[in-house]
Amino acid sequence: MNTDMNNNYTFTSKTRNITFGLMAIGLITMIAGFLTDHAPEGVSHEEYHRTRFWANLLVNSYFYMGIALLATFFMALQYVAEVAWSVAVKRVYEAVSSFLPVGAIMMFIVLLAGQLHQHHLYHWMDPETINPESPKYDEIIAGKSAYFAPWFFWLRTILYLVVWVLFQRGFIKRSLEQDLQGGTKLHFKQMGKAAAFMVFFAYTSSSSSWDWMMSLDIHWFSTMYGWYSFSGMWISAMVTIILLVLYLKRKGYLQQVNESHIHDLGKWVFAVSFLWSYLWFMQFMLIWYTNIPEETIYFQERMHDFGYMGLMWTVFFMNFVFPMILLMSRDSKRNYFFLVFVGCIIFVGHWLDVFMMVMPATVKSHWHLGWLEIGMALGFLGLMLFVIHRALAKSSLMVKQHPYLDESIHHHI
Amino acid sequence: MSKAVIHAIFDDEEPLMASAKSLRSQGIHIKDVFTPFPVHGLDTAIGVPRTRIAITAFIYGLTGASLATLMMWYMMISDWPTDVGGKPSFAYYMNMPAFIPITFEATVLCAAHGMVITYYLRCWMLPGVKAKNPDPRTTDDKFLMVIETKEENKSNIESMLKNGGATEIHHK
Repeated sequence: MNTDMNNNYTFTSKTRNITFGLMAIGLITMIAGFLTDHAPEGVSHEEYHRTRFWANLLVNSYFYMGIALLATFFMALQYVAEVAWSVAVKRVYEAVSSFLPVGAIMMFIVLLAGQLHQHHLYHWMDPETINPESPKYDEIIAGKSAYFAPWFFWLRTILYLVVWVLFQRGFIKRSLEQDLQGGTKLHFKQMGKAAAFMVFFAYTSSSSSWDWMMSLDIHWFSTMYGWYSFSGMWISAMVTIILLVLYLKRKGYLQQVNESHIHDLGKWVFAVSFLWSYLWFMQFMLIWYTNIPEETIYFQERMHDFGYMGLMWTVFFMNFVFPMILLMSRDSKRNYFFLVFVGCIIFVGHWLDVFMMVMPATVKSHWHLGWLEIGMALGFLGLMLFVIHRALAKSSLMVKQHPYLDESIHHHI
Repeated sequence: MSKAVIHAIFDDEEPLMASAKSLRSQGIHIKDVFTPFPVHGLDTAIGVPRTRIAITAFIYGLTGASLATLMMWYMMISDWPTDVGGKPSFAYYMNMPAFIPITFEATVLCAAHGMVITYYLRCWMLPGVKAKNPDPRTTDDKFLMVIETKEENKSNIESMLKNGGATEIHHK
């Protein structure tokens, strides 16, 4: 059907129905989960606030928003580093980044619900914890109350989300304008904006992970955390991009994307999965070595107290050992089957990694990996795929006027 | 049945590539090509087999990891068990996290140095070795193709090269 150069992606009703089906599963499990999420034995009802449900919403919001956010980062990186080869798959990572506004809204809803005391994932959101008169008074939280004062927290949160989304919309808008206008004027403007985004993102990628994820374990802190969560989001974004490219290639689109492009994307997946492994292990090793109780509590809970040891090893194998062994050779980085197989492992593995960040701090030992978790993850996946495919169908799959387009089409390594 | 060596000079990489492809399709072996800059796809066009440096890198890396493990096990566990920061030192695996960075560094060190040294030895690029270049103009703007063939095929190949855009042909 698509034997000639077909640069216009059609979002077929079959694909649309699959995404709607996934979204329906997600919606049903969310409603059912919200209604049936009662305090487990040993936890008082007043303290519980449907923690399992909200913790799942946080896991999925953060994971899927992170994919779009790091696709935006990758886009900016290509401009700043003046990368030519990736122009042929530019529309794909642009489409992945287009989920960012939706992900940002999801993240905002979860945080707002916490502020309105609908859930208790963040202990520091309870004003009683910094009131010296209260029995709930917590000296450590009180010590951090300047940073976690509601006005300051919300100023930061809104700043991150709004500025990220504005940058992302701007990149896409100018990229489409470039298709009509050509020349290098807009391209250099993109480079300038990308450099500005890089600086903003360098700070906010770390601080947002402290604010939204590390603060779940409010007594604990780690200097590696920002980079650890950043690299986790990055590898998730890279596998999403490569899986989408392979899907489109299989459907007969992106004919000008050749083996070398696929190989380069495969190298990115391999390299970033090593980056994550490095940071994940370094965070563990520093804490293990120093052996200070206020730091080791994070791994004490995750490995011994709450029964996550099996999951900890699963995350390690899925995100480090399998990608390392399977993607090491040149041939496997050019083999569609291997790339899809490893891509799916890493995607699930990093969802589990975010799960490991959130769950031991929130539902603690009452964790499940059941219908609610899987159903909501599938629902968010459907939503993300719907947004991505709609974005793909909106514009030509191959950029039309880009200074590096010719170089990218002739990419050969 | 004497052997003939042909040196064909090209002014551009396009006729060079096209000639290389047509010669190879006729089953003629191209011994080597000298170019002033790397030409993408030329190695496959002249039929150079794929490099095996990646395999050597893997072996060197494995050697590095094993040597580092052996060294640390001997020093820290076997010969003189050392208590660092109250960590158990009865068995290697108990102190595993502390040994990972050194294992990693030794792997990279051995793989990188091993690859470089192998490359220099294999290409015989050593201090004091005279450069093997049939024509110094290939370092400037000319492309040179070396073909080894039998005497009776010479004229046929020469005419193919001429038609393919070779500007000069020399016999060695």
